[in-house]
Amino acid sequence: MGKKLKAAIIGPGNIGTDLLLKLERSKYIDVKFVVGIQESEGIKIARDHGVDTTTNGIEDLMKRDDIDVAFDSTGAKPHLLHAPLLKEKGIFTLDLTPAAVGPYVVPAVNLKEDLLKKENLNMVTCGGQATVPIVAAINEVADVEYAEIISSISSKSAGPGTRKNIDEFTETTKKAIEVVGGADKGKVIIVLNPAEPPIYMRNTIYTKVKNTDIEVIKDSVHRMVDKLQKYVPGYSILLEPIIEDDIVTVMIQVEGLGDYLPKYAGNLDIINSAAVEVAENYARKVLEVE
Amino acid sequence: MRKAIITDTTLRDGSHSVSHQFTLEEMKKVAKALEDAGVDIIEIGHGDGLTGSSINYGFGLYTDFEYVEAVASVLTKSKLAVLLIPGIGTIDHLEKAKELGAKVVRVATHVTEADVSEQHIKAAKKMGMFTVGFLMMAHMVDKEIVLQEAKKMESYGADVVYVTDSSGAMLPDEVYEKVKYLKDNLSVPIGHHSHNNIGLAVANSLSAYKAGADYLDGSLIGFGAGAGNCPTEMMIAALERSEVETNVDLYKIIDAGDDVLQPIIKSKGKELPRFNSDSLMIGYSGVYSSFMLHAKRASERFGVDTRDILVELGRRKVVGGQEDWIIEVAHELSKNKG
Repeated sequence: MGKKLKAAIIGPGNIGTDLLLKLERSKYIDVKFVVGIQESEGIKIARDHGVDTTTNGIEDLMKRDDIDVAFDSTGAKPHLLHAPLLKEKGIFTLDLTPAAVGPYVVPAVNLKEDLLKKENLNMVTCGGQATVPIVAAINEVADVEYAEIISSISSKSAGPGTRKNIDEFTETTKKAIEVVGGADKGKVIIVLNPAEPPIYMRNTIYTKVKNTDIEVIKDSVHRMVDKLQKYVPGYSILLEPIIEDDIVTVMIQVEGLGDYLPKYAGNLDIINSAAVEVAENYARKVLEVE
Repeated sequence: MRKAIITDTTLRDGSHSVSHQFTLEEMKKVAKALEDAGVDIIEIGHGDGLTGSSINYGFGLYTDFEYVEAVASVLTKSKLAVLLIPGIGTIDHLEKAKELGAKVVRVATHVTEADVSEQHIKAAKKMGMFTVGFLMMAHMVDKEIVLQEAKKMESYGADVVYVTDSSGAMLPDEVYEKVKYLKDNLSVPIGHHSHNNIGLAVANSLSAYKAGADYLDGSLIGFGAGAGNCPTEMMIAALERSEVETNVDLYKIIDAGDDVLQPIIKSKGKELPRFNSDSLMIGYSGVYSSFMLHAKRASERFGVDTRDILVELGRRKVVGGQEDWIIEVAHELSKNKG
């Protein structure tokens, strides 16, 4: 067994608990502490998996000196309180809330060495993790003037956090489409679909492009999908890029790994898989392994 | 007998039928005619609500804010309403619309997803707007679920909750049952919005009133998505025949359709929505009415039958806002055709 970084998960809801299960497979990260504010299913699972837990919130995390990495899957407001405390402690933090204290990171697009030097990185949103790479891939070869994303997720996979913060979801994703994806202008629409059995997460990416060579666009999209599949195996193209005038349409689907949440919850899976990917890159850098 | 309060949505639902290409002058003219006829609430803007302007739903000729500002400048009595679909529009957009003169907001969600409207309904109330909770596609679930979701909207502060038949798929008895159940179990007034896809919009509106609904929707000559909405003038005539009072003058609302709206539609080279095989399949399959023109375009693009697209969308239980799925379904059907 090689050396591992020690991690804490703050907010053991659906996202936090799924992260815990994903990180159990990591070669570089060991979850040592799960932080909640009340007794919950997630706390119970963490305990059953032999992880220290607390229901006293961030305070108990501040008392420890062994944590290198924190994953915050609480909410935007709590994260604004947590971020400065974690920074003071020198804990590398991945923010899975819409707080966006630090810069956005979408591993397939902008995970560079210097980004890992920041103390706080924001994981955008599930829709952002799924669509920003496609926008970036098209922008690279075709110059995207405008990108529009329609994210359809099953009602069952949209927890109370998403539902109460749907404006934040669209705003944050839109910004990431522009800042990380490179579109001059972005627009984001989210639709919840209650169909049974639940639909897999599905995203339509429309882009208005300056260079309309569809074969070049297809190649670039495929290269990006290959990159993504390395950390999100369930990511696939549902509709190959097609073009009408200067509008390119691509549809992608995300099937989750089915760790804590069922496979249809690809939306939760992709943001977690992206967070794990960033954390492992950070760990490899710190531990100096390749 | 209690009065029915009329909302006319020619300038919002009807936007679908002109692919969101009303000019500001056209909107002002129609709105003024509606006000003169006594319509209580006039809903305007992109068919998919605030900032619905997009590749997915079609770009508007003007922004919603331009429309609101223009129409607000001609209204003195009728209340100006906008539609807000959480997931498309945001509270920031609503604030802007309010500043420019919107007095009423209808916050719309799929019938099972009322909790995404919490922040928007609360914010609208805080801004002092008259706030309507709009439960779309109410045909898809039973009355217990409609009530459960309506109760959520009431708890957030909605002033009215609507049973919205977005697909024009509901039957008069079903409208009666669902509206009555809400009426018996909520303290806020109930409304009904209909589409005429299987020819039942007027009957359903009367049924809704009889079950206790106070708010009814129409559009001039039924100008709206699918086969259109309940024609406002026809609804007023039917309500008068039922001895139900409204603030709307029958002759004036007929004239608004004939003398103001008709020439506008003609000048745009558009047709009045009417029953055809596509709209019938929408009502029959329970598909969102505004899918019709998008499905028609996709059928031309991919060389497949519009009806096949609509039936497949119904089978997949696609909900309002998922216009992008039309492309995938049409593409899939064309591939299978070989």
